[in-house]
Amino acid sequence: MFEEVLFKNRRPDRPATIDEYRQSGGYEALIKAVKERTPEEVRQLVLDSGLRGRGGAGFPTGRKWSFIPADSGFPRYVVPNTDEMEPGTFKDRVLVNLDPHLVLEGIILSGYAVKAQTGYFFIRPSYELDAQLIEREVAVARQAGFLGKNILGSDFSFELIVHRSAGRYICGEATAQVNAIQGNRAHPLKDRHMASDGLWHRPTIVNNAETLACVPHILRQGAEWFKGLARTKTGAGTKLFCVSGKVNRPGCYELPMGIPLREIIEGSAGGMMPDSELKAVIPGGASTAFMPARYYDVEMDYEPLQAIGHRLGTAAIMVFDQSTCLVAATLNLIEYFARESCGYCTPCREGLPYIRDLLWRIEAGEGREEFIPMLQQMARHMDSAYCSFAPGAAEPLLGLLKYFEDEIREHISQKKCPFSESYRPYRQLWYPPE
Amino acid sequence: MDAMIPQEMRDQLQAQVASAEHPREQAINVMYAVQKHYGYLTDEGLVEAADILRLTPLEVEELATFYDFIYREPVGKYVIHVCDGVVCWMFHENSVFEYLCKKLEVCAGQISADGWFTVLPAACIGFCDRAPAMLINGKMYGPLTPQLIDEILEKLKTAYCDLVICK
Repeated sequence: MFEEVLFKNRRPDRPATIDEYRQSGGYEALIKAVKERTPEEVRQLVLDSGLRGRGGAGFPTGRKWSFIPADSGFPRYVVPNTDEMEPGTFKDRVLVNLDPHLVLEGIILSGYAVKAQTGYFFIRPSYELDAQLIEREVAVARQAGFLGKNILGSDFSFELIVHRSAGRYICGEATAQVNAIQGNRAHPLKDRHMASDGLWHRPTIVNNAETLACVPHILRQGAEWFKGLARTKTGAGTKLFCVSGKVNRPGCYELPMGIPLREIIEGSAGGMMPDSELKAVIPGGASTAFMPARYYDVEMDYEPLQAIGHRLGTAAIMVFDQSTCLVAATLNLIEYFARESCGYCTPCREGLPYIRDLLWRIEAGEGREEFIPMLQQMARHMDSAYCSFAPGAAEPLLGLLKYFEDEIREHISQKKCPFSESYRPYRQLWYPPE
Repeated sequence: MDAMIPQEMRDQLQAQVASAEHPREQAINVMYAVQKHYGYLTDEGLVEAADILRLTPLEVEELATFYDFIYREPVGKYVIHVCDGVVCWMFHENSVFEYLCKKLEVCAGQISADGWFTVLPAACIGFCDRAPAMLINGKMYGPLTPQLIDEILEKLKTAYCDLVICK
């Protein structure tokens, strides 16, 4: 077994209470920070710890925080992000339900580090019950003096507001999220720098909930300790791996950063399901590429994955077996992205349905050889999109083209899906049943 | 035509908007509340929401049509959000959706004849460890089988429960 940090207060049937959290050292980091540490020191510690964003992009958290110009005025905002709509990802749901005050302390500390006054906790509608839980626990934290005016007698005041979303994947993108909170249609705002020109044109930092949950531990036990939790030299901390698909024990597991994929699947996830053989995984949510079984021993950390042309993303490992058609799986993913595209820019709005149509035809046995270069070209066009949504959407397709081109060709030459006759294109379901 | 929202509710929403740091941030909350009152966001409700938020109806419409948890057309008492993420797909290849549509004799977005249910596809609901899954009234269900689906729907019809704000 490995040391659990974020999950150490796990209870079998309910979230940990504030008292249980405090017994395990909870809120000590905040108490020490507001009394003894300057915001600069907190930022430096997080920078030294090597913590990288857990929401998918992997950007160093301390650096993100340092982007707020020192002379920029107030108010400033932090936006804890629990939109979590990346297919395969459910770590924030598990984390928030397990130890809500750990996430809250992380949020308050991030507010302290960047001298923010208000946080907007962005929660997707599918997690409505978690939003209610957070609202209750925010009240508890306020009662205990950890939120509100002059926290613990210091001159630091911080309010946390739960912002309910009404859906759509694009809202997870930091700049689109800022637009969403402002009550605008959630288009991305890539031309603006959030650190100086975010919510209501004020300095704003958007962080994933898991990222923030690491902060209290870093402050309490130090940057070197945090780095030491990882298996890899370049890595830091533990990571919540969401394993799903054809394994015996799907679930969310906290494991050292850099643990080999093999150990995750054969250890925590209990191995492949009976009669299932590993064909490919998607290592980090739907906007990362299929990774074939030959990379079974890769270390699951940002840099080792990057070295083989893959991305850690949200570390949501979706496991596909030999009986699953990856053309159909890609079609499912592209259908998802085509629907969730915000429609703001042309490559994404028009390109994804085009790709979907080509994959549809291939899956239905109507594919032609020239579709393969067309798919390749369209996947490249996604890089011309305004935000990172479309390049992410193209990732599974690029993985399919790179590693499983033979499987596409089999569809084309056999004029049918070699795996199943029964694939039901999604579009049929929009029409009344016979 | 449905009755307008009660004065008490209007006052409460107006106070909520007025006390927000930025009134427009409350747009989704107001739409949810109005939607809960009417069952969906009606045309009149949309105008009332705009009035409370001091936005134009067009500005609210822009938001309402963007989000999948705001319903601009009538829906059943319960909306069944069927996850169409790739992990759920791996286990059922859309058959959960198909089963529900056949059972309730509806296609996506329609209301079942008894008025209880509407079936909609949902972006991965984050219940991948219990795939295939669906979300009804804030609660996630999985791993689904036809038998389990039957039991869930029956229970929803017989056991009273409060509706969550986002349905």
